[in-house]
Amino acid sequence: MNLLGRLDWNAIPLHEPIIMGATVFMVLIVAVVFGFITMKGAWLYLWREWITTVDHKRIGVMYIILALVMMLRGFSDAIMMRAQQAVAAGGAQGYLPPEHFDQIFSAHGTIMIFFMAMPFVVGLMNFVVPLQLGIRDVAFPTLNSVSFWLTASGALLINVSLAIGEFSKAGWTGYAPLSGLQFSPGVGVDYYLWSLQISGLGTLLAGVNFVTTILKMRAPGMSLMRMPVFCWTALATNLLIVAAFPILTAALAMLLLDRYLDFHFFTLDAGGNQMLYVNLFWVWGHPEVYILILPVFGVFSEVIATFSRKPLFGYRSMVAATMAICVLSFLVWLHHFFTMGASAAVNGFFGVMTMIIAVPTGVKVFNWLFTMYGGRVRFSVPVLWAIGFMVTFVIGGMTGVLMAVPPADFQLHNSVFLIAHFHNVIIGGVVFGVMAGYNYWFPKAFGFRLDERWGKVSFWCWFTGFYLAFMPLYLLGLMGMTRRMQHYDNPAWQPWLVVALIGTVIIMAGIACQVVQLVVSIRNREKLRVSDDPWNARTLEWATTSPPPPWNFAFQPVVAGLDAYWSSKQRGRAKEDKPGLAPDYAPIEMPKNSATGFVTAFFAVVIGFALIWHIWWLASVGAFGAFLTLIAFAFRRHSEFEVTAEQIARFERAHQAGVAA
Amino acid sequence: MRYSALALALIGVALGGCSEGVLDPKGPIASAERLILFNSLGIMLAIVIPTILATLAVAFWFRASNERASYQPDFTYSGRLELLVWSIPMMTVLLVGGVAWVGAHDLDPRKPIDSSVTPVTVQVVSLDWKWLFIYPEQRIASVNKLVIPVGTPIKFDLTSSSVMNSFFLPQLGSQIYTMSGMATRLYLQADHIGTYAGLSAMYSGEGFSDMRFNVDAVTDDGFAQWVRETRETGSVLDEQAYTDLVKPSKAVAPVTYRAVVPDLFSSIVNAGMGTQDSSLSICSTSRRAER
Repeated sequence: MNLLGRLDWNAIPLHEPIIMGATVFMVLIVAVVFGFITMKGAWLYLWREWITTVDHKRIGVMYIILALVMMLRGFSDAIMMRAQQAVAAGGAQGYLPPEHFDQIFSAHGTIMIFFMAMPFVVGLMNFVVPLQLGIRDVAFPTLNSVSFWLTASGALLINVSLAIGEFSKAGWTGYAPLSGLQFSPGVGVDYYLWSLQISGLGTLLAGVNFVTTILKMRAPGMSLMRMPVFCWTALATNLLIVAAFPILTAALAMLLLDRYLDFHFFTLDAGGNQMLYVNLFWVWGHPEVYILILPVFGVFSEVIATFSRKPLFGYRSMVAATMAICVLSFLVWLHHFFTMGASAAVNGFFGVMTMIIAVPTGVKVFNWLFTMYGGRVRFSVPVLWAIGFMVTFVIGGMTGVLMAVPPADFQLHNSVFLIAHFHNVIIGGVVFGVMAGYNYWFPKAFGFRLDERWGKVSFWCWFTGFYLAFMPLYLLGLMGMTRRMQHYDNPAWQPWLVVALIGTVIIMAGIACQVVQLVVSIRNREKLRVSDDPWNARTLEWATTSPPPPWNFAFQPVVAGLDAYWSSKQRGRAKEDKPGLAPDYAPIEMPKNSATGFVTAFFAVVIGFALIWHIWWLASVGAFGAFLTLIAFAFRRHSEFEVTAEQIARFERAHQAGVAA
Repeated sequence: MRYSALALALIGVALGGCSEGVLDPKGPIASAERLILFNSLGIMLAIVIPTILATLAVAFWFRASNERASYQPDFTYSGRLELLVWSIPMMTVLLVGGVAWVGAHDLDPRKPIDSSVTPVTVQVVSLDWKWLFIYPEQRIASVNKLVIPVGTPIKFDLTSSSVMNSFFLPQLGSQIYTMSGMATRLYLQADHIGTYAGLSAMYSGEGFSDMRFNVDAVTDDGFAQWVRETRETGSVLDEQAYTDLVKPSKAVAPVTYRAVVPDLFSSIVNAGMGTQDSSLSICSTSRRAER
């Protein structure tokens, strides 16, 4: 019996220069970062203030850092694919053999959806929702930390697959039977499955946490219909997470049973049903699209209202539209496979349902438009992203509805037209949205603005780059080019793929500008320091200090209507109405930091890695460790500590002094 | 203006470059699908273009620096506008939804094409990584080469010997999945003589990029002649030959078979279902080599 299961030296792809180069690069970066932390002697600080934190704001920031790092990884995959397709025309094979190319597109999709888009929106919700609700933390702070670290574990496993073994070659959708043991005997699909199972568990727990928080923990006076729209969209998204993610977990679990224990859910033989996998995957997969886009709709609602200096137009319509999308998103999954041979009535039904979802989405676009109407629109960076989104997203929505027409889809399914469509809505929607949110809430998180000029350059690079990279794909789709081709023989496609590559390079410039923006802003942070409410905004997160104290609000806010902070500003601030009197702070109970999340995630990585490589004893050790962690957490004596009135007063005085200086 | 002219010119070049694609149909199904594509696009552009222009215009006019724009901070609700805002997309969807519902029925892949000509049956099997075409009526077969008579409906029965693929002839119309243990059906027809591209539209593994073939649409006489010639050359596709063929191979050159054992297609489907087939012990699938 081999102690290391399937793992041996052959697992490290030493013969592949590109992979080894990337591995060495990755290891170098990690070494530099670790070296820097050691040099600064910051390990203890990191452990106390970040790794074990249960503060929703810091967890939110860590989610976003994870998303940004994984965006770089996913984008390197993207540019490698574009470069490959730009050269592999006619008889040419390009520089990536199929074996490598297939891993790259699988990794690109998996990373961008699960480890870039998801952590980014969950991170924004983490940071913003409790502040907007006027509360001190989420319902289950330690669970929140567990969620984050499980997501990070999944991301870690995917990155490990680069250096040890391989990644899946079955696409980000992992269709069975291609992803089954018979056709994918290697460890690639196991990496895919375990990293999604571990991070999916984290996402599900986050969903439970946020549904509870939003439904049970709002500030006094904040009825549901007084919640900011971002909180509504967060509620809808987390309801979708709670309802949809278990389906993915179940589908992947069945695939795991097929692969590990010789079950036959999706195998070709012994009664397995490959169509079942496709259905289950998309019953999760389509709500997932709305899980990503709904919070971003919320971001745009906040940004457009704030920068137009107007309340959001048609608040009730917006809420209705959000909840309509939430429900309808479960009734459209079959449009991902009209070409499977379902009857005309089934295809027709799902086509029409898909279009009906476009109605509430269209309503939202018009409401944003009327929000700007009669406003005073300031073209700051978040607004540029918002307007870029409105223009781009309606095009993506249109091509989506086009493909919801079954006969049109018979021609466009699986083509690069489809690729163009979903990048049109995911880049033009989700990415533009999280970038707007990132620029909008950054000063709240850190007390200084992001550099405006670099932000604008970055936006314009992303915007033009996006159009150059994806409009050609619409055309190529109409020219009959299918997705996932490692090479092709039609020379007429090549010029357009070169244009797409140029577009991708421009997007790369946009990403570079964002890195520069962050570095420049940190360097000039004293000059960019802002007040607590730099945008003259409307919701409660701007009522507290920037950055907010761990307890968020020195006094529990009481809400009397929509746009709670805006109306209190209109009335004149209550706090400043009591000159001379020292405010009467009361002590606050706050949750204690906990290493539970990090330790659990550590054992999750151990279990995942051990199962991927069939190292059964190590998996048992990991499971035992995770169980002990749970026991230790369950038997903890103290989970809260008291922040004294004196501490709060000291913080407020220091902050006042800082603002005055 | 100069830019819009340039854009128009570019779009013209682009669409001109779409020959061989779905915008250059060569049969009734593909033509009908192109019409639906254009109709739906037209209906939606009628609303999408004004929306984009209005967004840009409103954002520009109500910019903070514009003194002439009125500031109406209380303009947050209007019943009439709300009605309009909900009804515009609803009406659009009503129209496009109608197109979708009717189109889904008219262009159902398994619906026979209205024609006085008797259809020719072709049985399609996706293998790792090539296409097998069986002509049961002519009792011949070919790999990576499809010859069809022009003006005649072709009845495709499709299955797979291994993973899912999607059988797609962009200029002739609809694609459909091929799945092991199941048979899907698709009617297509070519109206013009010519050679068209055929391919797998569903990623199926390492050799997927080369799962391409040519479709020769020829006259009835030409088809009869091709059948005659095929019957005189090549080998027989029997159990042994099929077992060899099933083994994974990439970028396979076209081959024809002068004869084929009867009921090969149904045995492949049955083998995929895992039922015990008596006459032929066909190994339905090929276990791919470990890396």
